[in-house]
Amino acid sequence: MDLEELLEIGQQERDRQQQKKTRIRCCTAAGCLSSGAETVKNNLEIAVIEAGLEDSVEVCGVGCLRFCGRGTLVEIDPNGILYEEVLPDQASGIISALSEGDKNREELPRQSDRNHPFFALQMPLVLENSGKINPERIEEYIAVGGYQRLHHVLMEMTSAEVIEEISKSGLRGRGGGGYPTGLKWATVAKMRSPPTPLNKGGVGQKYVICNADEGDPGAFMDRSVLESDPHRILEGMAIAGYAIGANYGYIYVRAEYPLAIKRLEKAIQQAKKYELLGSQIFDSPFDFKIDIRVGAGAFVCGEETALIGSIEGKRGNPRPRPPYPAESGLWGCPTLINNVETFANIVPIIREGSDWYSSIGTETSKGTKVFALTGKVSNTGLIEVPMGTTVRQIVAEMGGGVPDGGKVKAVQTGGPSGGCIPAEFFDTPVDYESLLKLGTMMGSGGAIVMDEETNMVEIARFYMEFCRGESCGKCVPCRAGTVQLYALLSKLLNRQANQSDLEQLEALSYMVKETSLCGLGQSAPNPVLSTLKYFQQEYLDLI
Amino acid sequence: MQTTKTKTEPNKVDQRIKLLDITMKRNHYRQDALIEILHKAQSAFGYLEPDILEYIARGLKLPLSRVYGVATFYHLFSLKPSGVHSCVVCMGTACYVKGSDRILTALEKELSIHVGETTSDNQISLMSARCLGACGIAPAIVFDGTVIGKQDPETAIEKVKAIEKSKVIRSKEWI
Repeated sequence: MDLEELLEIGQQERDRQQQKKTRIRCCTAAGCLSSGAETVKNNLEIAVIEAGLEDSVEVCGVGCLRFCGRGTLVEIDPNGILYEEVLPDQASGIISALSEGDKNREELPRQSDRNHPFFALQMPLVLENSGKINPERIEEYIAVGGYQRLHHVLMEMTSAEVIEEISKSGLRGRGGGGYPTGLKWATVAKMRSPPTPLNKGGVGQKYVICNADEGDPGAFMDRSVLESDPHRILEGMAIAGYAIGANYGYIYVRAEYPLAIKRLEKAIQQAKKYELLGSQIFDSPFDFKIDIRVGAGAFVCGEETALIGSIEGKRGNPRPRPPYPAESGLWGCPTLINNVETFANIVPIIREGSDWYSSIGTETSKGTKVFALTGKVSNTGLIEVPMGTTVRQIVAEMGGGVPDGGKVKAVQTGGPSGGCIPAEFFDTPVDYESLLKLGTMMGSGGAIVMDEETNMVEIARFYMEFCRGESCGKCVPCRAGTVQLYALLSKLLNRQANQSDLEQLEALSYMVKETSLCGLGQSAPNPVLSTLKYFQQEYLDLI
Repeated sequence: MQTTKTKTEPNKVDQRIKLLDITMKRNHYRQDALIEILHKAQSAFGYLEPDILEYIARGLKLPLSRVYGVATFYHLFSLKPSGVHSCVVCMGTACYVKGSDRILTALEKELSIHVGETTSDNQISLMSARCLGACGIAPAIVFDGTVIGKQDPETAIEKVKAIEKSKVIRSKEWI
């Protein structure tokens, strides 16, 4: 494979698509599939054949179209109509509307208003191809410029230049911590791996790991990226591999995402076939292979040292750091671990340049962030907004507030490790520092809206139950502390608690936070502390 | 495999054991492939019985304690047989806020079992999941591997009743 061949594959695919006047894109991501997207797509195909429009209309399955709460979604090119809540028997209506216009309006599904803030305030960067290309065909990814950045990096940049570009962009880890990505890459690049008998004392192996163990309940951004645009992750990982000097990558996906696993497997297979992964990519000396590792349902495996243990086929027990994985990770070799969304940001940074990327966002947080907007909100779905967008814009304007006119009480971010943002702080811009100041965190991007009916103590107990069940049991503060915190919260909710229990709850929360081994335990009391801070009255009312 | 003639040989030397052998061979008996092999074993046998764990331990030359440790650590591995049908209620935050706890309570009452248990006639296993990532259509339930969204206690009970009536025995799959 060389650049000319790559460009030709892209051109052929674009020509193929242009032969047909209309392209009907039907969402086939997991959310819509469970609302019957497969049948809708089949019916659309049948209706096209029945109407004799095979030569001018193409029906294809694409990734997430973002308005997940209103599935099945169908979008039509080139006129940009987005139908929502499409039922299988409305397929023929959609096809006849193509030629006759929408005179039979009542037979058609509802159309989404593309000028609604839900769409208008979005800035697709990570999700730029999501919903536009068929994730199961590498040709469509190549047609939108896919793998050209990998070629550019391999042929025209040194690894130091790549790292420099990523550092200058100001990209920070999207998994929640917000560690500067460029710095992480530079650290791993500098490391020397221990000599093994195989490499005869020379430069040893390094690894790139993509953390796709998206365990936070209420977050599904990574799943959508993997299901909608898997090749972008592969390309990002290969660029990372080149930059740090690794030629082996692992993607650790949770077993709860069977469709993402299937599409990743297919993507890797296709990339191998076109020699975009494997040995001597683009006839350069760079080799890169990617393997998938499937988790088995343990939240703690999102923690990097636990994840490494799990890839090695062991229990997902975290270990103390340092040494950090950058120094001693998978099988003792220097390892780079980044989240799915971080890898998804690499291609646009290389393509548009670090100056362009760093012009988006706030002083300390650059670029965009994908959020999964769910809970008691009218418009649930996936949104990608520039950093610095206020919480109010996200919840009230894009989300449309609580359905049936209820009042928003708080937004929970960061899952079981985060906290809540009460309504009075909704003018806070979304960036890493501002959220930390409020006592919550960016997290991976779940934003769960809660209304006045939601009992915050119950929510705190819900998260504590989660952490209690997910604690790996290695360190005492987390193993025993979460059990005790859960018991105290239950006692409160059963109205058997007194003032001293409340004091104990707070003291124990700080103890668990400060003495636990890994991120799970250190952040497990956050929901309690955050609700205690902002909704203390609800706790006091239970005494 | 030299170990097939040992005392602990699983008594059903059938296709499923062969499948397990093939999986181990394909992974070059690598010890780090343990989780993949356990996944395969669970999908073939439905659950991980002690004989199977021992068989895998011998195959990969791992101490049984390590295999057992891994099998019990991860939530998706089950050491008990599950019912013919499975019903998994998502208890992720988005589903919880929208009332999945009420659905779970209603189903527990309807089936007279607790979550994590199987009905006495071995027909339905009731389980809960942390998050299926189907938050857009919360609350979500998985019946026999099919995700169904926007449920409430009534519709969920209807689905369970329909399962109880149907005699179709489908293969067990976890989503």
